[in-house]
Amino acid sequence: MSTRLATGGRLVDRGAQIEFSFNGKRLQGFLGDTLASALLANGQMLVGRSFKYHRPRGIVASGPEEPNALVNLGEAGRFEPNQRATTTELFAGLSARSQNHWPSLEFDIGALNSYAARVLPAGFYYKTFIHPRPFWKHVFEPIIRHSAGLGAAPKDRDADRYEHFYVHVDVLIVGGGVAGLQAALKAGAEGKRVLLVEQTSAWGGRAPVDGGDIDGTTAKEWINTALQALGNMPNVALRTRCMGAGVYDHGYVLAYEHVADHTPQTDAPRHRLWRIRAGHVVTATGAIERPLSFAGNDVPGVMLAAAMRDYVVNFGVSPGDRTVVVTNNDDAYRTAIILHQAGLSVPCIVDARPQADGELAMQAKALGIRVATGAGIATVRGGKRVTGVALCRQAGEGATTEEIACDAVAMSGGWSPVVHLWSHCGGKLVWDDARACFRPDPDRPPRGADGEAFVSVTGAANGDFALAEILPDARVEEPSEAPLLPVWMMPQGAGVAKRAKMWLDFQNDVKVSDVQLAAREGYESVEHTKRYTTLGMATDQGKLSNINGLAVLSHALNAPIPQVGTTTFRPPYTPISMGAIAGEARGDIFQPIRRTPIHDWHEENGAAFEPVGQWRRPYCFPRGQESHAEAVAREITATRTSLGLLDASTLGKILVRGPDAGRFMDMLYTNMMSSLKPGRCRYGLMCNENGFLMDDGVVARLDEDTFLVHTTTGGADHIHAHMEDWLQCEWWDWQVFTANVTEQWAQVAVVGPNARKVLEKLGGDLDLSAAALPFMGWAEGRIGDFRARVFRISFSGELSFEVAVPASRGRAFWKALHEAGAEFGATAYGTEALHVMRAEKGFIMIGDETDGTVIPQDLGLDWAISGKKEDYLGKRAHARAHMTDPARWKLVGLQTLDGSVLPDGSYALAQGRNANGQRNTQGRVTSTYLSPTLGRGIAMGLVLNGPERMGEVLSFNTVGEATVEARIVSPVFYDPEGEKQNV
Amino acid sequence: MRRYSAFAIVREAARHHLGWERAWASPSPKARYDAVIVGAGGHGLATAYYLGKNHGITNVAVIEKGWLGGGNTGRNTTIIRSNYLQDPSAAIYEKSRSLYETMSQDLNYNVMFSPRGVMMLAQTEHELRGYRRTTHANALQGVATEFIAPERVRELCPIINIDGPRYPVLGALWQPRGGTARHDAVAWGYARACSAMGMDIIQQCEVTGVQSANGKVTGVRTTKGDIATPKLGIVVAGHSGVLAEMAGFRLPVESVALQALVSEPIKPCMDVVVMANTVHGYMSQSDKGEMVIGGGADGYNNYTQRGSFHHIEETVRALIETFPMISRLKMLRQWGGIVDMTGDRSPILSKTPLEGCFINCGWGTGGFKAIPGSGWGFAELMAKGHSPLTAAFGLERFREGRFVDESVAAGVAH
Repeated sequence: MSTRLATGGRLVDRGAQIEFSFNGKRLQGFLGDTLASALLANGQMLVGRSFKYHRPRGIVASGPEEPNALVNLGEAGRFEPNQRATTTELFAGLSARSQNHWPSLEFDIGALNSYAARVLPAGFYYKTFIHPRPFWKHVFEPIIRHSAGLGAAPKDRDADRYEHFYVHVDVLIVGGGVAGLQAALKAGAEGKRVLLVEQTSAWGGRAPVDGGDIDGTTAKEWINTALQALGNMPNVALRTRCMGAGVYDHGYVLAYEHVADHTPQTDAPRHRLWRIRAGHVVTATGAIERPLSFAGNDVPGVMLAAAMRDYVVNFGVSPGDRTVVVTNNDDAYRTAIILHQAGLSVPCIVDARPQADGELAMQAKALGIRVATGAGIATVRGGKRVTGVALCRQAGEGATTEEIACDAVAMSGGWSPVVHLWSHCGGKLVWDDARACFRPDPDRPPRGADGEAFVSVTGAANGDFALAEILPDARVEEPSEAPLLPVWMMPQGAGVAKRAKMWLDFQNDVKVSDVQLAAREGYESVEHTKRYTTLGMATDQGKLSNINGLAVLSHALNAPIPQVGTTTFRPPYTPISMGAIAGEARGDIFQPIRRTPIHDWHEENGAAFEPVGQWRRPYCFPRGQESHAEAVAREITATRTSLGLLDASTLGKILVRGPDAGRFMDMLYTNMMSSLKPGRCRYGLMCNENGFLMDDGVVARLDEDTFLVHTTTGGADHIHAHMEDWLQCEWWDWQVFTANVTEQWAQVAVVGPNARKVLEKLGGDLDLSAAALPFMGWAEGRIGDFRARVFRISFSGELSFEVAVPASRGRAFWKALHEAGAEFGATAYGTEALHVMRAEKGFIMIGDETDGTVIPQDLGLDWAISGKKEDYLGKRAHARAHMTDPARWKLVGLQTLDGSVLPDGSYALAQGRNANGQRNTQGRVTSTYLSPTLGRGIAMGLVLNGPERMGEVLSFNTVGEATVEARIVSPVFYDPEGEKQNV
Repeated sequence: MRRYSAFAIVREAARHHLGWERAWASPSPKARYDAVIVGAGGHGLATAYYLGKNHGITNVAVIEKGWLGGGNTGRNTTIIRSNYLQDPSAAIYEKSRSLYETMSQDLNYNVMFSPRGVMMLAQTEHELRGYRRTTHANALQGVATEFIAPERVRELCPIINIDGPRYPVLGALWQPRGGTARHDAVAWGYARACSAMGMDIIQQCEVTGVQSANGKVTGVRTTKGDIATPKLGIVVAGHSGVLAEMAGFRLPVESVALQALVSEPIKPCMDVVVMANTVHGYMSQSDKGEMVIGGGADGYNNYTQRGSFHHIEETVRALIETFPMISRLKMLRQWGGIVDMTGDRSPILSKTPLEGCFINCGWGTGGFKAIPGSGWGFAELMAKGHSPLTAAFGLERFREGRFVDESVAAGVAH
């Protein structure tokens, strides 16, 4: 039984008792405990159920490598599944629940799977559940989904907040053990900007537990001295609870800080994601102990040897009263000695090596601890808790030589360096035969753009496990260790029944027999084995299982381990919260909301908004109980008969200036722009290199060297980037610069027969008469008190002035227009009225009539393509065979025979079917509206040879069986002569 | 090939599963084959399978530089759908989807095709109109899709944040017969079936040159020796340009890393696949319980199959907005796969300037769902010189401007 010891526990404050709950049971722990140590202190070794067989699972490790002790933590908006008990610091009121069982942790129906394990080997699901076909979706898959999955799904919105930090450092050191501290001391003394991060809340790594003297002081004292020295260096920053999560190209590193996980009541962000640009990265990430593969190694009470002494030394907790230590190395003897010193019973150290005569072994023997050499564990007794072990000869097949009663087993199969961060960005590994581990290959580090290594490694992460190796210049006193003996299976000649009980991956239930089965069936690549068996795919990503699994695979394939290789190490080192990845940007500030200077007025006046890019534009302004359709109709009627006002501020406005501006504009647009006179406007088209129409708008020439480009609302940023792309990458020697001035101007379209009257009523120094400011002209001056640019352009077919005023004056100008326009019934209109009016007039809309496959010629816009110009973007594409093919779908108007509105996106049917059995088509609807002006449905569409087929009736499909008949007509439904806009 | 079944498992269990045979053989290459496929990913293996099954060509080698299924077949987010806009795309993806429906039975290997339904959220008026157009197109293409209202979206996927505030869900394009499959199993199932037909799958064998005489392909040079063949199919997503160069022609493709990630596993909470293209992200829950998440491709060309962070940040942010509950899940693993991007984001299944040499590439971010359809069509093209499924995807379309552009419907995510 695990319990709290009467004394000890260097990390806990025995004066500060904390109450927490596990599965609803109220328990006590101390400040400084982890949830795992507190559970052990309360006799709770059984903490969960495995993924596949629902086997009982106990705490096996003491750090982030823990595969078993995962809990549902917290409640409601602070609930989190799969939280590692071993890294969760205890706090008052912590509430945890075990996972993946029903009805309870102790009695789990799912454990029936364990009895059927023999017919559920690796990959069994690939070989069955094939017939009958509907059963997979309706029967088998739901059962599998429900039995898998571990933690519960969160239900509520996250109640916590998260933040990002951005830092640049010369040297980032990951890992605050002796090696990391030493690296920081060195880099700090050289005057470099240093950041040292440590994933736990305590400095020193393993040294405070494992001991050793440095320069005449204890490791603990050395650590304190080092921290003091580092604290005095202003160029060195230290962070605990901060894990190196991922190393990316160019020295970009993510670190993940648990700011308030242990103090959830505070106002601090829960996690902080550090986004670090490091000149150099030192990984001092230590090593992780490997389990041994013996039958029953997954029974709760079997624990990593080092974890066991961590619980004793750090937390004053004993995982068991009688512990059998099983090992292939000297290090595990430390556990036996520490347990013994804590007054606990160690009936036997089972050492697979033929001899045990290292210093630590001698110390253990001197304490009277029995050592059985050349021995192994034949099997572990017990179900939900270890009750004993059967010993055998390591060299044999596993015949029991002796039974020993015990309630815990401490196992050690040697250590594997933590090479994840080294490997994330391409660092390679070598196999070290002597230490039986992969470690970083100094000749093949991750390299930066300059070809130099940007990651280096120190300490146990480099396979240097002894203090003397980490501190070559110091005087180190520690016991020397005899070499380990690689033991990948215990006993060596175990039969098939035993191999099916040797767990490699405790969470995913992958056993030695599963890896051997994968090899037998030809899944020989380590990636195949992983994916076929799910080895190393659990939440610990194989931190405990991968090397053992590789060794079993290499044995099965009769190939050396380095030839089998490892699976790929992917970020993050251990899982990091999605909340931290997203940072602050959520909810209202998920993306910036762009507001025009008139936005508040729209809100105050009941606008129904629609998102357009990051803008929100008024769709319409419903009054009272009006439906959207009614509001749109009212807005159109008011505009066409008297006066409408549109907030057009979102319209893209890009300034193009310089001696080569005209030349640049000629390349950018299909039409000739260099010939535009100052004071005049011209409608223009922009195509991409493939000739497809990408944007349109009105260009005004401000002066000889300056053009003002109007783009679509959604296109502004994209078009500006497009311009810069060409200027910076292709025409870098042209003297042109561009500036996106969209937000510098508020722009209002003043539209309708009374448009001129309302502007004249406001006064000012501009002559707005048709003679002085004709259609497609522009002028600068004053309207009332407002400095303004007035453009005589129309997207509605009405008399229209688009008036731009400085953004700060936008709201006032809008108000002035409404006041002056009151007598004309001035009506604000939204995007839908804009769309309908432009469709009535037959004007195309980018994104409606175009979809990235349409060329200007398809839209009857040949007139806007200059034949005189030598070149423009898209010119060569327009000469391609398919583009000049006369049989293209071209723009027409469409009128249903019954006056109804054609379905949006509907296709015109043609005879027969194509070679793939699809119905042939001959056109499609691109825009379709109810025209309040005409009192009927109107539509625009692209139809095969459309303009030559005026009057023809086509059938359009609906999503049902019915079709709708429509006649091909001119796309200009309203004022075809342009009499209204040219007054 | 011994058949897989529940009965076979019970029988083998009695002898501790020591009697299972290899799923596929591991032969040395012969000197000559009737056809050689370079690339033992899903598309290459499917091509070989249908060469044998539909056209009786079984003296075939599939050559693989690494391990079979180790490229994008094993790195994608396993989504299968066919709700494409353009006719040629809808044809090949729908053929593919329908082949997925019976794949487990055809191959006697459970690929876990799960027609759980795919929805693409409309979060702007523009997107809504685009998807309405797609439903009209799909109706004529024989692809069963419908446009569903926000209430139905909520019913099908209760964890979606329908109300915004930033981008409320206005509806969705819903393909009930789309879904997911176990990606590795697709490659393994085809490999086993090909091997059973007597084809040679040769792993750890890199092609180092393409041999030709008089403008016709004659064979390939490999790290395991020269292999003669009159018909060569290049199916090596991510490295298509490299192989094309060996064969003496250039391709209009760029190679970029596409980013993906999974969360830790949780109990089932999402039964459908959801794509949110306005905010750029898509998500489904695997049978293991992990939330499988995809987003965008890196903005620069490269061949490293590594994860980068910036797209992950954007994608996770977008998906927390769409599914607020995932904020408290953890990212378990992220990775990248190299995808071939063509100018029109549609694939190339084509003859090449070298007679007898065919190329299948350019699937961009959408290749997994196309595996069986692509294999079916490409095998027909290789066997007969023509296939209606591949007709629109020839290389000549780039010269003629005859693009098959899905950008309007596909947004960012395939």
